[in-house]
Amino acid sequence: MIARHGEKVALKERFHQAAWQEKLVMELGRPGRRGVLVPDAGDDIRARAGDVLAGTPESLRRRELPNLPEMSQPEVVRHYTRLSQMVLANNVAVNLGLGTTTMKYNPLVNEFLSRSPKLAELHPDQDDSTVQGILELIYRFGGMLAEISGMDRFTFQPAGGSQGILANALMMRAYHASRGEADQRDEVITTIFSHPANAAAPATIGFKVVTLYPGPDGIPELEALKAAVGPRTAGLMMTNPEDTGIFNPRVAEYVRVVHEAGGLCAYDQANANGILGVTRARDAGFDMCQFNLHKTFSVPHGCMGGAVGATGVREALVPFLPAPTVEFDGSRYYLDADRPASVGAIRSGLGNVQSVLKAYAWVVSLGAEGLREAAHMAVLNNNYLVGRVTAIPGASLSFGKDNPTRRLEQARYSWEGLTADTGVHTMDVHNRMIDYGVQGYFSSHHPWLVPEPFTLEPAESYSQEDLDEFAAVLERVAEEAHSNPELVKTAPHNSTAGASVPGAEAHPAMTWRAFLDVQGQGAE
Amino acid sequence: MPIRVGLIVNPIAGMGGSVGLKGTDGPAVVRRARELGAMPRAAGRAAAALDEVAQADIEFELLTCAGAMGEDSALACDLHPSIVYRAASSDTSGDDTRGAAQAMIAEGVGLIVFAGGDGTARDVFEAVHDSVPVVAIPAGVKIHSAVFAVNPRAAGDLVVGVLRGRISRTREAEVMDVDEAAYRDGRLSTRLYGYLRVPDDARLVQAGKVRSRSEDSAADDLALAVVDTMEPETIYIVGPGTTTRRIARHLGLDSTLLGVDVVRDGQMLALDVGERQLLDLLEQNRRARIIVTPIGGQGYLFGRGNQQISGRVVRAAGIENVVVVATPAKLASLGGRPLLVDTDDEELNRTLAGFATVTTGKGRRSVYPVEFPRGTS
Repeated sequence: MIARHGEKVALKERFHQAAWQEKLVMELGRPGRRGVLVPDAGDDIRARAGDVLAGTPESLRRRELPNLPEMSQPEVVRHYTRLSQMVLANNVAVNLGLGTTTMKYNPLVNEFLSRSPKLAELHPDQDDSTVQGILELIYRFGGMLAEISGMDRFTFQPAGGSQGILANALMMRAYHASRGEADQRDEVITTIFSHPANAAAPATIGFKVVTLYPGPDGIPELEALKAAVGPRTAGLMMTNPEDTGIFNPRVAEYVRVVHEAGGLCAYDQANANGILGVTRARDAGFDMCQFNLHKTFSVPHGCMGGAVGATGVREALVPFLPAPTVEFDGSRYYLDADRPASVGAIRSGLGNVQSVLKAYAWVVSLGAEGLREAAHMAVLNNNYLVGRVTAIPGASLSFGKDNPTRRLEQARYSWEGLTADTGVHTMDVHNRMIDYGVQGYFSSHHPWLVPEPFTLEPAESYSQEDLDEFAAVLERVAEEAHSNPELVKTAPHNSTAGASVPGAEAHPAMTWRAFLDVQGQGAE
Repeated sequence: MPIRVGLIVNPIAGMGGSVGLKGTDGPAVVRRARELGAMPRAAGRAAAALDEVAQADIEFELLTCAGAMGEDSALACDLHPSIVYRAASSDTSGDDTRGAAQAMIAEGVGLIVFAGGDGTARDVFEAVHDSVPVVAIPAGVKIHSAVFAVNPRAAGDLVVGVLRGRISRTREAEVMDVDEAAYRDGRLSTRLYGYLRVPDDARLVQAGKVRSRSEDSAADDLALAVVDTMEPETIYIVGPGTTTRRIARHLGLDSTLLGVDVVRDGQMLALDVGERQLLDLLEQNRRARIIVTPIGGQGYLFGRGNQQISGRVVRAAGIENVVVVATPAKLASLGGRPLLVDTDDEELNRTLAGFATVTTGKGRRSVYPVEFPRGTS
């Protein structure tokens, strides 16, 4: 059924997620149970193979059997299939609510490419001559991103946006050190609505951080920046558009002010999905930037292959790039680790090259015009959704009163009105949405400057029906907040998961051993 | 055993506002308010908050005062409270608020909920201090104190959070009050009376993606950052506030809770000083810094609760020597509103307006908008 604009969307009223009450795998199985019976090799094979452990140093040999659950194969298959039914993932539910993360469709064909043994069985230490294909691809993709951003050279070593920001902070420091100003220039300026890594990464390597707060229009005034710059300024590290979805029209002036003070400017392009082919970091005067391939460039997040913070710089900063770099001498591609001014390796090897391959494939499939089209579609989707969401009583667009300009690819909203009227909070709404079979949303980075926040980012790959369904769920939950607030506050009801236990985040357990430790302590 | 919750309603709170009076401190003003046709609104605001609690269907024991001081609001929500205090007359006063709070503490309440304004908060503070956490329902004309929830529903929500065990931490919040006589004469003079403990709802500041450090450790980090930058032979004029108080604590010094103290070379030079003394000290010492933090719920840097640091004091110390400190959570709690300056020196207010560089922690500063409320001085 296709819902035309304005028509009532049919919600998944009878949705219920599979609740298998599945135990942890470590609690399953019985002693002696096993998956595969490996046949005895027999004397002949044993004699011919010799001592297979001879090449393994004594120190690396396991003395005790690993503490693994003993299970049959059907039990294992059942267990993991059940777990897969207990998540609301990108391939199951409309997932446009995780603003700032650009959850878009990850083309499956690119999974097949990256899982090809041609790539999957490469080793980072192979001789350059045996990996010419992937080196060429990395080199060429660096050139494409240079064209998209206006920068001169890229590295794909950083395995995530914050590592890319860290690489930029390290290069910023190295640049000032090369001019004898490292001690003097120890401050990095950022904005409160930039991704927090723009403050955290430079702080990690000893920079002091100055954060600009916005004026009534959601953007820091130029005067605020002028109050922050000085002889101690090492540089500016900021996102644009910021997490509010507001594009900062004063950004070129920011860059000029920081350059005049002798600082460098780094552009965190985590929110680049609305500006591909529209505006470039270089055109605003930036010296360095980073793209998150796992966001803007269609690479899946985390568990399906690893993130990449593709980091690019202008010519003058190329000597400081992380080593090794991929170079081309006109006939062959090679790794150059002999770079004395380099900030060193950000990560071992060349980073998550399988993700670089996926991003390359995505860009090649779209072409330059296609990239711009994707950006336009993402902005269109977002502004359509802004119209739908702000029509819901109790919801408002952050800074919407003082700054009604169109948001780009995402928008931060507030349920302040709904909370005042009903006592229902943003995380209550989030928990209730899941009951209608759509993924919940992202609230906001810390600290919450916008009260009762939620941040939506409907990337280009969502259809109008997806947007309508998502908006209709929000609308329904807002109605429920008025008619039956307890229903919303005690949600989710039709989901596998319950509301998280308060305080549980203080004792995270990511492994079985950690879980036992936490149990032993008794979580508060 | 179910938790015992005390409820106190100041029935006359907020009556002045609708008839243009500034507060209802004192029987003459209440009489005047009634003559002008003021309607009690505190009972309704209290019921709106209690309704949240009643809806949540949690087991607890409600203790309150007879009639308009709580019982009426409870019954309106189908709650059946025990009466632990009866006012001698229907013209209730601050004595009744204090008496009720004392009776509730004697009964072992774990939480006191009250509806009123700044005057009520002061009365509750005098009886309770930090012995029991409170939830304050805003129902008065004057709401300068940071103890109040943003609205009755939010107050009810806090009570539910505590009863359900979702909120287990408390934080200190300022009890401020205006001198009403001066206010009615057109002069604004606020004092900081003390701190009440209020439930600290982490949900209001925490995001799903980031685990927040506790506000406590953020404030300690900030105090240490300030102590680290202290220079010899410099007097530090430390204004009141929960954040600034930690600075003295990290120096191992006793400070006054509410006043302005002066530190030099790691020693307490003077406690709880007034404007005259500050000016004398500034004359005797060549180098000075003024350390202030936003006071109350509205973000005042100067002019509320720290009037000792007058315009003359700021000028004598040097405007460039004003050090503003606040944790990131405190800045965020302003909800985007600017910091405010309202010294007795309008020219100075104009100069201070614009942007303040706020120290927020070790190696961390923020540039935050500052305004002065025009036409109030």
